[in-house]
Amino acid sequence: MDAPENKPCRTPLYGWHVAHGAKMIDFAGWSMPVQYTSIIQEHEATRNSGGIADISHMGRLRFEGPGAAVFLAELLTRRVADMTLGQIRYSLVTNDSGGILDDVLVGYYHNAQGQPYYLVVVNACNRVKIVNWIRQHLPPERAEAPGEEVLFTDVTRLWAMLAVQGPRAIDLLQPLIDADLQSMKYYRGRQARLLHPAASRQGGIVSRTGYTGEDGFELALGAQIAPAVWDVLVEMGRPLGIVPAGLGCRDTLRLEAGMPLYGHELCEKTHPFEAGLGFACHLAGYDFPGRDALREIARQPLRRTRVGLQIDGRRPAREHCDVYHGDQKIGMTTSGTVSPTLKKPIAMGYVSPEFAVPGTEVWIDVRGRKEPAHITELPFYRRKNEKK
Amino acid sequence: MTPEELLYRKTHEWVAVETDATGAKIATVGISAFALEALTDLVYIDLPEAGRKVSAGEPFGEVESVKAVSDLYSPVAGEIIEVNSALTDQLEGLSEDPYGKGWLVKIRISDEAALSELLDYAAYQKQCQEEMADD
Repeated sequence: MDAPENKPCRTPLYGWHVAHGAKMIDFAGWSMPVQYTSIIQEHEATRNSGGIADISHMGRLRFEGPGAAVFLAELLTRRVADMTLGQIRYSLVTNDSGGILDDVLVGYYHNAQGQPYYLVVVNACNRVKIVNWIRQHLPPERAEAPGEEVLFTDVTRLWAMLAVQGPRAIDLLQPLIDADLQSMKYYRGRQARLLHPAASRQGGIVSRTGYTGEDGFELALGAQIAPAVWDVLVEMGRPLGIVPAGLGCRDTLRLEAGMPLYGHELCEKTHPFEAGLGFACHLAGYDFPGRDALREIARQPLRRTRVGLQIDGRRPAREHCDVYHGDQKIGMTTSGTVSPTLKKPIAMGYVSPEFAVPGTEVWIDVRGRKEPAHITELPFYRRKNEKK
Repeated sequence: MTPEELLYRKTHEWVAVETDATGAKIATVGISAFALEALTDLVYIDLPEAGRKVSAGEPFGEVESVKAVSDLYSPVAGEIIEVNSALTDQLEGLSEDPYGKGWLVKIRISDEAALSELLDYAAYQKQCQEEMADD
């Protein structure tokens, strides 16, 4: 059900969150749970066992038809046309000057009828902007070009999305899904059937992706069955130490994992190279918006670069704190918190490249007071057995 | 003192006023259980040094949760004569016993005018209920 106008949207799990005492916040136009118990408890549970998060607020955009691959290749910074079935790639959407409009995941799947399609998952805060951007680049004459048709559907409200993250996520999910999760590689996904009666053997997409720095999976499934599936995950997760996890710990988890967040590390004035996302830009292939600008930017020295910062004391910096080296202002923070894992204040930000060397001593102006800090490598946290 | 006997600032600091042996009025200041519940996940507290003079409404410290920082405002004017610095290393004391072990500072009141602007328990409860309804 759509919420009344001007009211935040509700995910299919809104009722559950409220009934279970979640602290709700308005996030990117959605009423979302920030925490059920405490951010630190949910953070630690995700690192030690697992967390189940409602991420239905993220935008889900579906592309079908013979022209879909080329259309996306001409929209996204990453190669799309060579993607094989079940493959997922991290990509950016850039504007004509190479500024980042959004960071997205694009996946290539077959539906239950064997029809291929692409699913692009976009940030909740950018969904309307990206949908408009797509419509602008997909006029009817292109969408209906004989033999190269592109069918674009925003399925955000029809589907829900759940993240099951943590070392025991696989133990929880495997018995519930008719796909071999053990052999599924990172950044792979597939159409699968949910085996539990509550899900009426309906299908969905399961992918080995996430935003926490842990092993884990994301499920995209029909909005109608989401509450029943959520109930099953919560019930079966409890004995494994897996708990519902709100957006609060999603932020501290991704920050420890050194992952950028749109609206903080990324914005339309940020370009991919300074954000450390050059790997997601394929400048030799299709002509996407911003490609030529990025080729030019790639030839220039970086003006700033994204780094990790660790504060030596206990007082955390938040976003928008100036970073200094001696008397010289060298940059600014974009996110900051006290790391629940390291028990120390951590931050991400941008500094001039000459100061981006790990160990460089700096100080941060935290609300008018100098806090000594040093540049650190990202990520702050790497799980055991994780490949570099 | 019990929460019912305390006075409150709109910004969620509680105050207990007592008279010491010399006849001076001493305000003990802390953070209400309602505010601590709303903050959750405290990670840091910054308290002033004893000897500092504060005016009513002036920030004298800050408390940080995982998500945000909040200023602490002095409910009264006077001189800070004692600081509960043990809290810095034992933040749990704040949440476990906000009206006892969780006291923050003691202030020797120099001007009693601000006391009349503080809320009693019933008025403060009403304000908290309104804030909950706004969420």
